[in-house]
Amino acid sequence: MQAFTLTTPDGLESATAAAAQGGRYIGGGTDLLQLAKNDVETPDRLIDLEPLPLTEITATDDALRLGAMARMSDVAAHPAVVARWPVISQSLLASASPQVRNMGTIGGNLLQRTRCGYFRDTGFACNKRAPGSGCPAIQGENRMLAILGTSDHCIASHPSDLAVALIILDASVELRATDGTTRTLPLSDLHRLPGDTPHVETTLAPGELITAVSVPASRAAMRSHYLKVRDRASFEFALVSAAVAVDAGAGTVHDIRVAAGGVGAKPWRLPEVEEALRGRPLTPKALADAAALAGQGAKPASQNGFKQVLLRRAVLRALQTATA
Amino acid sequence: MGSIGKPIDRVDGHLKVTGHATYAAEFTVPDLVHAVLVQSTIAAGRITGFDLAEAKSMPGVLLIITPDNALRLTQAKGVQQAVKAPLLQDRDILFNGQHVAVVVADTLDRALAAAARVRVRYQRDEAVTDMDAMLDQAYVPKSFRNGARPADSRRGDPEAAHDAAFAKLDVTYITPIEHHNPMEPHATIARWQGDKLTVWTSTQGISGAQTTLAGHFGLDPSQVRVICPFVGGGFGCKGNTWPPVTLAAMAAKMTGRPVKLVLTRAQMFTSNGYRPRTVQKLRASAETDGSLQSLRHDGFSLMSQPNLGEFCEPVALSTEFLYACPNVAVSHRLVATNMPLPTYMRAPGEASGMFALESAIDELAAQVRMDPLAFRMRNYAENDAHEGKPYASKALMACYTQGAQAFGWKARGAAPRSMREGNVLIGWGMATATYPTNRQKATVRVRIAADGSVLVQSGTQDLGTGTYTVMSQVAADTLGIPVSRVRFELGDSALPHAPVSGGSSTVPSVAPAVAAACEAAAGKLRDLARSDPHLGWGDLDASALQVREGAVIGPDRRIAIAALLARRGQSFVDATSESGPGDEKKRFSLHAFGSHFVEVRVDADLGEIRVARYVGAFDVGQPLNAKTLRSQLIGGITYGIGMALLEETHVDGETGRIVNANIAEYVVPVHADIPAIETIVVENAESRSNPLGVKGAGELPMVGVAAAIANAVYHATGMRVRKLPIRIEDVLGSA
Amino acid sequence: MSTVSRRGVLGATLTGLALAPQRGQADETTPASPSGTQAPSSPARSAEALDIVLQVNGSAVPLTVEPRTTLLDALREQAQLTGTKKGCDHGSCGACTVHLDGRRVVSCLTLAVRAQGKAITTIEGLAVNGTLHPVQAAFAEQDGFQCGYCTPGQIMSAVALIDEGHTGSDAEIREWMSGNICRCGAYPNIVAAIRGSVQEG
Ligand SMILES: Cc1cc2nc3c(=O)[nH]c(=O)nc-3n(C[C@H](O)[C@H](O)[C@H](O)COP(=O)(O)OP(=O)(O)OC[C@H]3O[C@@H](n4cnc5c(N)ncnc54)[C@H](O)[C@@H]3O)c2cc1C
Ligand code: SF4
Ligand code: FES
Ligand code: FES
Repeated sequence: MQAFTLTTPDGLESATAAAAQGGRYIGGGTDLLQLAKNDVETPDRLIDLEPLPLTEITATDDALRLGAMARMSDVAAHPAVVARWPVISQSLLASASPQVRNMGTIGGNLLQRTRCGYFRDTGFACNKRAPGSGCPAIQGENRMLAILGTSDHCIASHPSDLAVALIILDASVELRATDGTTRTLPLSDLHRLPGDTPHVETTLAPGELITAVSVPASRAAMRSHYLKVRDRASFEFALVSAAVAVDAGAGTVHDIRVAAGGVGAKPWRLPEVEEALRGRPLTPKALADAAALAGQGAKPASQNGFKQVLLRRAVLRALQTATA
Repeated sequence: MGSIGKPIDRVDGHLKVTGHATYAAEFTVPDLVHAVLVQSTIAAGRITGFDLAEAKSMPGVLLIITPDNALRLTQAKGVQQAVKAPLLQDRDILFNGQHVAVVVADTLDRALAAAARVRVRYQRDEAVTDMDAMLDQAYVPKSFRNGARPADSRRGDPEAAHDAAFAKLDVTYITPIEHHNPMEPHATIARWQGDKLTVWTSTQGISGAQTTLAGHFGLDPSQVRVICPFVGGGFGCKGNTWPPVTLAAMAAKMTGRPVKLVLTRAQMFTSNGYRPRTVQKLRASAETDGSLQSLRHDGFSLMSQPNLGEFCEPVALSTEFLYACPNVAVSHRLVATNMPLPTYMRAPGEASGMFALESAIDELAAQVRMDPLAFRMRNYAENDAHEGKPYASKALMACYTQGAQAFGWKARGAAPRSMREGNVLIGWGMATATYPTNRQKATVRVRIAADGSVLVQSGTQDLGTGTYTVMSQVAADTLGIPVSRVRFELGDSALPHAPVSGGSSTVPSVAPAVAAACEAAAGKLRDLARSDPHLGWGDLDASALQVREGAVIGPDRRIAIAALLARRGQSFVDATSESGPGDEKKRFSLHAFGSHFVEVRVDADLGEIRVARYVGAFDVGQPLNAKTLRSQLIGGITYGIGMALLEETHVDGETGRIVNANIAEYVVPVHADIPAIETIVVENAESRSNPLGVKGAGELPMVGVAAAIANAVYHATGMRVRKLPIRIEDVLGSA
Repeated sequence: MSTVSRRGVLGATLTGLALAPQRGQADETTPASPSGTQAPSSPARSAEALDIVLQVNGSAVPLTVEPRTTLLDALREQAQLTGTKKGCDHGSCGACTVHLDGRRVVSCLTLAVRAQGKAITTIEGLAVNGTLHPVQAAFAEQDGFQCGYCTPGQIMSAVALIDEGHTGSDAEIREWMSGNICRCGAYPNIVAAIRGSVQEG
């Protein structure tokens, strides 16, 4: 790791003010320090978010609010989350390891960077890390990488499980800029597609701090489910994952949300599946027909064509489980 | 009494559970500084220059070694590896990840940071990375099995038999590059005192490290001391003395400070070998009655550039003898690439080769509609037809029957896809295990003190295999005392010489030497007793006296060792014995055996494959410790499950650089992957393999696991997967 | 704003090396790229030495570290507490597991300076007056290891897992132990050790 200083702010204001002079926030540090050890990230200053009052988890009738510094494990175990937003809890429990979940934060999780092996090793070219150097993954080792939302410049997949769960719940992120102004952004607008600037990953302004994630309550959220498919039985990033939330009172689908992980350049919502089901009777055939639509416009790379098939099957299984 | 075979707790267990076992990187050496390796980012070409200004200017940096200022090393006898490029002796680059510089700084943080700022300029040549495209340029190994035998063999006429047979198979199996990834990264602390070098290093062979370092630095081996009381796993990658050890010693010499050099996990993928990729062509045939007619096994094994050394994965050796088959031919070939030098990895050759052979046997059994176990029994070999010798012992039939019984094999539905629970396809598969029993010369010193306590010493290693424990047991039983009265010391080249811990040879080599040395020391006590006039045993035959329970026991009375020694004015007796192979290898074929039975569950839609149930039955000869033996067996099976379903090193075709050089993406089994495992050790009391009748169990249990799982996947899904690892996409078509 | 004290240069105080302080090098040039790759670069920076005190196993341990120093390296390289192991340095093996305020974390991704004011428990702190913690004793009895290198991490994880109550079934134990890799493959014995210490406890 290159040397850095660590700034310990005493409140939100001093945190964002410090960020105005550059530097990076450190939440749990579980991704940032990995990247720093690999020389992929070389911040000269870290701003410690731990002292900030951002750990609270609050559930009201209308919404769930997760402080950006709430730990993955605490959110996963929170009784209201388990009961009313199970997909969040399930996606977190399927992430990383118990130790990493005790450290990793909600804010940091959403901003973790791709696991593309080329990106994480400075011995390789990579457009995301060194713009303009090329994307060796396209002709190379790309089994784990994305098939949706990719570009000729980058085919990296977004690694977060939580983000896939949150995106179907229409979550939004609460932000605080370096000048102290705040705004709320739909989570679906946080991550950007690679296009020809794969190194620009989010719509955050420099130094903008995530303070919380808020998630509306819904009937669909209560019948939500997260399915993660991977080679190893635990402690591995998703090959493909599917998050679904369904409200299907009296056998008709009133509300349906579906998204997938491991396949998209960003957490990938699947409106084609949702549209095929919304307002329709909930039958096994309807589920199967809708799931078969998943992943339209997919552009597989040399090693990951199977993800198209796997995506449809994962979506179907998640739908079946959530509606069972 | 007798502790042999009992489930005794590990004698070093307390140290290990309290964190007080000291591994190579953990010795406290004053004035220590830290070295970090810098590696090439191209696979072929030349270094044209270094830009060291930035790195040199960083805080704490003491020295940067490059080929321009590296110490010139000598290539002497006993040096196990070519000195060429990897030791900074020239500017040629032969593989991606080759060591090109060493940065030494006062703290680890600073050494790491500066290493990342060493700039290297290269002239880049085209690299060969794709072995499969180069098979037509494969060559015969120059020194297959260190020249002990030819790379090819042949008996009968496999081609004619194949043509005439009823059931035929002509297929190719592929195993990928795999990395050992012991949990302890390779580490060395090197300290010079004058022209004496002390090295604490994580090694499976302290004596090899000693001679290699002596050779490189032009020293007499007595000037080099290698210390290694604990190894955090080796699996083969700590068998040779790889460049980092030598480079640590070089850095210590150049800085005049003790140097610690610990590989990063990423560097573990390029610095100490790997299991090479193999392409194996199998042609096999059988008659309608299930009798094997022919086997032809041609193995191609990935190699580095030949001037780095040579390693050939000997995939087809088991094919030569495992089954009764009149027509057998095997060959081994190498394909040169710009990859690092491969090496032994747990059951080298057997693990990869038996995936092919035992899959092929399953395929043939299916063709002739025989149960795979019955097919194997039908072709059971009573003798080793390749060597033309009887087996020293072979309890494989018992492994088959007892394993099958415990597993409930009888209830297996014959047809693929015949067992299903909801979305889950269930498959049962089995395979055979075999591994040669190896023995080398080992020397042991025993010292029996007046208080009856016993110190046993040998320069062997404990990789977690239980050497400390089982050797203490052998000594205790030989001398008729409790294990707690024995202290076994190992891992120091100042101790009597023992061989490298590889090829499951530690127990067969060292245990007989321990017994012999204890016998010799006991003999000295008997002689003392007989020559003691007060005892009146002078006329007795030595065999009339027994040494046990801290005493010499004669027909009429006993005398405590303490009293005996005190009377002779001695505080101890000691003896050193060397023990080595006799003529058993000439007379017998020496092998351990086993059987694997496994249930896999495959999600019919999602393709996830999980091992649900496992039974392994093994003939390891005489077990020394039921507890540590079981650990070896479940450990080997677990390693095999990783090989079957998870492990693969991904090499970027363009650059020859490894893309998943980390332990998150080089996926090894975690707790959740491993079910309860039932292990059976079949009885086989023999003494033909070696005096103690021990066969070694480090590698045997992983041999055949991949095939058993592939066979189970076939049974579950109907899909025959002929490459490892078997993954989701290989069985997705099976909805 | 900062809560940590600073002082001169680490080398001088820590190892007795007489090195002149190196301040940021202004004349840093872009490196020649090896294989068409542009490695990110940043000016060489000074390393800031910080005096900190960590509460390890109930004792105050004074250390001099840099902000970038991980808790794992501080324990192993400076506090001579080498029971905590480094297997990957990237959070992916669990060998470095310790407890921070009673919760299991990976110390390789924990900055030492951020562990100030927290109760740190390492494997060396589990046994009380030479008496093994029941989980340690169970590991020894069940042979929950071979080489022993992953063992401290496994035990620290196991102790936490029992506190967390994730011992409902073998499957649950396996899932919640999956952050700790054992390359020697002692998993079934580790599960048996955990199950055993739960039943006894
Ligand atoms: C071995 C391993 C396995 C893993 N497996 C999985 C997995 O299966 N699924 C999965 O989803 N994840 C997985 N992860 C990733 C893990 O979930 C993330 O590392 C973690 O969630 C990141 O949180 P953090 O607080 O530690 O982030 P940090 O590392 O602290 O920060 C990550 C990034 O976010 C920025 N940041 C942090 N907080 C904020 C904030 N509040 N506002 C603005 N910027 C901020 C930082 O500057 C940094 O750029 C794994 C991690 C490891 C180490
Ligand atoms: S896929 Fe993206 S992250 Fe991976 S190498 Fe290409 S540009 Fe880099
Ligand atoms: S060393 Fe920390 S998890 Fe591997
Ligand atoms: S005991 Fe060796 S890695 Fe677990």
